[in-house]
Amino acid sequence: MAGSIPVSATASPAARPHVGPWQEAWRRFRKHRLAVASAVVLATLILAVLFGPLLWPVPIDEIDFTARLQGPSWEHPLGTDDLGQDLLARILYGGRISLSVGFTAMLVAVTLGVFIGSTAGMAGGKLDAALMWVTDLFLSLPQLPLLLLVIYLFRDSLKGIFGVEMGVFILIVIVIGGLRWMPVARLVRAQFLSLREKEFVEAARALGASKSRQVVRHILPNALGPVIVAATIDVAAAIIAESTLSFLGLGFPPDIPTWGRLLFDAKDFLDYAPHWALFPGAAIFLTVLAINFIGDGLRDTFDPRKVM
Amino acid sequence: MLVYLGKRLVYTIPIVIGVSIVCFMLVHIAPGDPLVSVLPPDASEQLKIQMMAAYGFDRPYYEQFFKWCLRAIQGDLGTSIATGRSVTGEVLNAVRNTLLLAVVATFIGFFFGLLFGFVAGYFRNSAIDKIASILSVIGVSVPHYWLGMVLVIVFAAQLNWLPPTGAGPGGSSEWRPDWAHIRHLILPAVTMSVIPMGIVARTIRALVADILSQDFVPALRAKGLSELGIFGHVVKNAAPTALAVMGLQLGYLLGGSILIETVFSWPGTGFLLNAAIFQRDLPLLQGTILVLALFFVMLNLIVDVVQTAIDPRIQRS
Repeated sequence: MAGSIPVSATASPAARPHVGPWQEAWRRFRKHRLAVASAVVLATLILAVLFGPLLWPVPIDEIDFTARLQGPSWEHPLGTDDLGQDLLARILYGGRISLSVGFTAMLVAVTLGVFIGSTAGMAGGKLDAALMWVTDLFLSLPQLPLLLLVIYLFRDSLKGIFGVEMGVFILIVIVIGGLRWMPVARLVRAQFLSLREKEFVEAARALGASKSRQVVRHILPNALGPVIVAATIDVAAAIIAESTLSFLGLGFPPDIPTWGRLLFDAKDFLDYAPHWALFPGAAIFLTVLAINFIGDGLRDTFDPRKVM
Repeated sequence: MLVYLGKRLVYTIPIVIGVSIVCFMLVHIAPGDPLVSVLPPDASEQLKIQMMAAYGFDRPYYEQFFKWCLRAIQGDLGTSIATGRSVTGEVLNAVRNTLLLAVVATFIGFFFGLLFGFVAGYFRNSAIDKIASILSVIGVSVPHYWLGMVLVIVFAAQLNWLPPTGAGPGGSSEWRPDWAHIRHLILPAVTMSVIPMGIVARTIRALVADILSQDFVPALRAKGLSELGIFGHVVKNAAPTALAVMGLQLGYLLGGSILIETVFSWPGTGFLLNAAIFQRDLPLLQGTILVLALFFVMLNLIVDVVQTAIDPRIQRS
């Protein structure tokens, strides 16, 4: 039963200390040195954007025309932009939004994917076919143009309801999540199709467990491993997607300097102020790289069959 | 084979219809007036009604949809509201530029992706494998438009070797196969090639490793086949999947080229789409998205068919 974590602890031999499934997972994950290092890097980045603004209390919108487009210095460690605003402060602040978009959009995508995948996998028949048709349809749409279109069309109305920052945040999270659930749905459906025929589910069924209990208590926990891996990759993809939207001028407004937005503003100054484009991009790169390495480690952790 | 082909074609039809409906609807559920960008703000009510009638926006949706489909089948995607030119012409021109970029990028990306993937898969767990694996993760993690900006900073702004933007000298959008135009192609194509490179390398590595661990490999070795002969068998077994990935990636590049095109001001579909979105040019928007989506569907179809043709195992399942 590769690709699964046993949920109920099995009786361990008396001689050996008891090792729970999560402890076993942690033991395997630890072996993946690059993944552990990446986890440290990611944790540092998260701590930096959470507490960095406290340690570097420079306002993100302090305009200083005497310090325009300056390279890194002691006063401005990452330089300044065309209005003389401090880039370190802006990157730290923007990172909060970029990272929270990444995690929230992942939650949307995974929730949607698990729901659709498990419905299709449990129901079978016509509903399954219909849901998989919808999944294929979504997969055959060109993602990025669609993303742009939807954001463009609905930005103004949502801004009116939730205010600028919250409206854009909700829209971006829903749209990114809403266009990324398909791989999770397929994955979950495939897991369900094989798991629901397994003996332990049959046993639960025979004991009179309701359909929802079979799913929640028996099938879903065993399908979790690959979902966690997919979720990790989704966080990275969502961060990239947000930066992409902001880079095209369709994400957050200029007073909310997400990493993509900083790159959007920097792109016309590549010859005078290369540092302006280099640092925010490096922040995205480092974050996504760390998350992808962690994803690799998790894949080895949850699917030992694939360890090569 | 013919039965499979027929089935696959029948399966494509609802997807094509679905894609057209989505394209059509998205534009119409948009809040606001589709003509807002062409009419002066002080236009009279009568002029508005006239224009609505001229573009057919006053008809019921289903009627607009069928008319739109009927004309689309005949190759007429309407008239651009912003420029007044035929959408079909603009889209085809842009598609040509994007295809050029995407195909060159796919070839570069595939060459290196296959190279890294095969080497890493063959020498599993060696230093080369680890470096290739790390490189491929880097390849999928780097934001590609940022990589483009870094390349511009290095090769255009600092070293001054290559032009930073445009598809040809003097901002021409007509492509010709001479050095002046190729110079413009290098940076965007290299940037774009990184997108498939990492994914191809990862897929091929896993695939080669999987093939090499199958029973037929020791059998071939036992019968005395040379390593080159075995390599041939590995290639044969890896080809269908590699081809599928290649088709899929080409599709992604067509859709995802918008970023690279923005960084390098490349006059392709992404550029067109961006312009259409910002000018609220509905016919152009619908047309571009429809053509892109149909390209994607066709590509999937072709990949599936070719895959079946070279790998008879797929048919049985």
